[in-house]
Amino acid sequence: MSEAIRQPVASRRPARTVGHRGRLNTPTSPTRHGLSAWLSYIAMGVVFVAFILPLLWLFFAAFDGEATFQTKIPRHWTLKNFAAIMTKDQTFLPLWNSFLISAVVTVIVLACAVLCAYPLSRYRSKFNKPFLYTILFGTCLPITCLMVPVYSLFVMLHLLDSMTGTIFFLAASSLPMAIWMTKNFMDSVPVELEEAAWVDGASMLKSLRLVVVPLMKPGLAAVSIFILMGTWGNFFVPYMLLLSPNKQPASVTIYSFFGQHGMIIYGQLAAFSLIYSLPVVIMYVIANRFLGTYSLAGGVKG
Amino acid sequence: MHTAKRYWTVLPAIVLMAVFMLGPIIWAFYGSLTNVSLSGPTATAPAFVGMKNYSHLFTDPSFPRSVWLTVIFVVVSAIIAQNFLGLALAVLLQRANKIAGKFVSTAVVAAWVMPEMVAGFACYAFFSKEGTLNQILSFFGVHGSEWLYLFPMFAVILANIWRGTAFSMMNYQAAIGEVDRSLTEAAVVDGANAWQVFIHITVPVIKQTIVTNLMLITLQTMSAFTLIFVMTSGGPGDKSTTLPVFAYKVAFKFGDIGYGCAIAVVMLFIGAIFGIVYVNALKDEKGVTNE
Repeated sequence: MSEAIRQPVASRRPARTVGHRGRLNTPTSPTRHGLSAWLSYIAMGVVFVAFILPLLWLFFAAFDGEATFQTKIPRHWTLKNFAAIMTKDQTFLPLWNSFLISAVVTVIVLACAVLCAYPLSRYRSKFNKPFLYTILFGTCLPITCLMVPVYSLFVMLHLLDSMTGTIFFLAASSLPMAIWMTKNFMDSVPVELEEAAWVDGASMLKSLRLVVVPLMKPGLAAVSIFILMGTWGNFFVPYMLLLSPNKQPASVTIYSFFGQHGMIIYGQLAAFSLIYSLPVVIMYVIANRFLGTYSLAGGVKG
Repeated sequence: MHTAKRYWTVLPAIVLMAVFMLGPIIWAFYGSLTNVSLSGPTATAPAFVGMKNYSHLFTDPSFPRSVWLTVIFVVVSAIIAQNFLGLALAVLLQRANKIAGKFVSTAVVAAWVMPEMVAGFACYAFFSKEGTLNQILSFFGVHGSEWLYLFPMFAVILANIWRGTAFSMMNYQAAIGEVDRSLTEAAVVDGANAWQVFIHITVPVIKQTIVTNLMLITLQTMSAFTLIFVMTSGGPGDKSTTLPVFAYKVAFKFGDIGYGCAIAVVMLFIGAIFGIVYVNALKDEKGVTNE
């Protein structure tokens, strides 16, 4: 079967052989021919259209003064919808709250995760294995299932409608995944570099701050973006725990502003959705470019 | 003592998780044994009612219905659709023209990157009466339907496939990217076709990823709330009320927090079973500990 390699690709029976080609000489052969190539392009086209269609409405409606739920190219492109929502209550305060919550949660989680991961990554102890299994187990716990008891607990602790309480809960619930990811990133920082610092008499915290953290910046960036995106988009937790409109983040106000008033102003809803989505999209693009595609796939690979 | 001294840095994380993760879990057990309510006197001074909330689960016809809806939701949208579509896309994109592949993966990932609330709105618009789906159908001469009212499960399942396929796709892309090419090339030289290579080389090599991916998407889909809440609020009636929506409704619409806690406990148990299986599946892999 060595002919599979020798023979020029174009002359082979396409339906059976297209698959091989990609394997054998991918970098130099960008085009494919034949039936199966066509089928794969058709499949990809269908997937592309199916996935892009629901988003098209957001774009068109945001720039359409007379938007409905119909997807149609605006007759007159306008920024009217954006202009209408540029008020403190509607846009700026919720976005600021979203930012505040996400940023503080990320700082807390990152600090706790780095501190927690260090001994797990550097020392040998009987404590490590059960602890890491518990952490891994914690990453699996469905947080939405916990919201009723959390609400009830917060009532008892008088933490309801408290920004601090909400932030701590969000931080605690993203900690297992953050510790898991951080520990795996930290494992790849060679211990020899720290040994030099230890010889020089640096304390553990000092070597952590001066040697380990600088060396795992990309990993920490991945963890941060993972948490930022998760917190920014979280609706259920702040919806349950924050009651005053002036404390609620954009995910909640967008629901109460537009979702519950009988008359939905479609264009403004779409415009606000776009503004609210922009930060996570930018973060994703940055993460994707600088950290690699898979860094955010959920820490499955660590 | 020596160990304790070196391990003090784990304390902040442990305290946070103990108070805000373990606390609510214990509280769920406690609350499920009381008649704690959303308002009224039993809101602040609940009484112990034993297993009453749990026995209520067995007599309440809504509970088995929402369990069934959750199972359908998880099996159809996650285990079947997201998983296989994600795997198929990963394989397809690996061999596809780079630019075309970029377009497709961007479209798929865009649905996943959006905040859940926005994804929910987009799907609501898509399935609404004058929405995109009916526009397309009428273009082909088919009379559309009020999907969100007449076929709410159909709508939320499609929405969840749209939303979540990217996660599986990215996991599988990463795993397939690491398959040793000499293995596949050897198989090709031995005369295997694309399908045979996939079944006999790729799938066995990425078996671990398939298992973990199935675990994770099952857990995510089981606890999906926002998407369903925005699109149908579990309605009409309870036609799309999966377990998390059911717990929410019981607690905040009917004010029965104790019963809501009992449902939370049931969901935690289901989650815990998956969690244990997941941990065991990962146990033998390197990376869990540095020993």
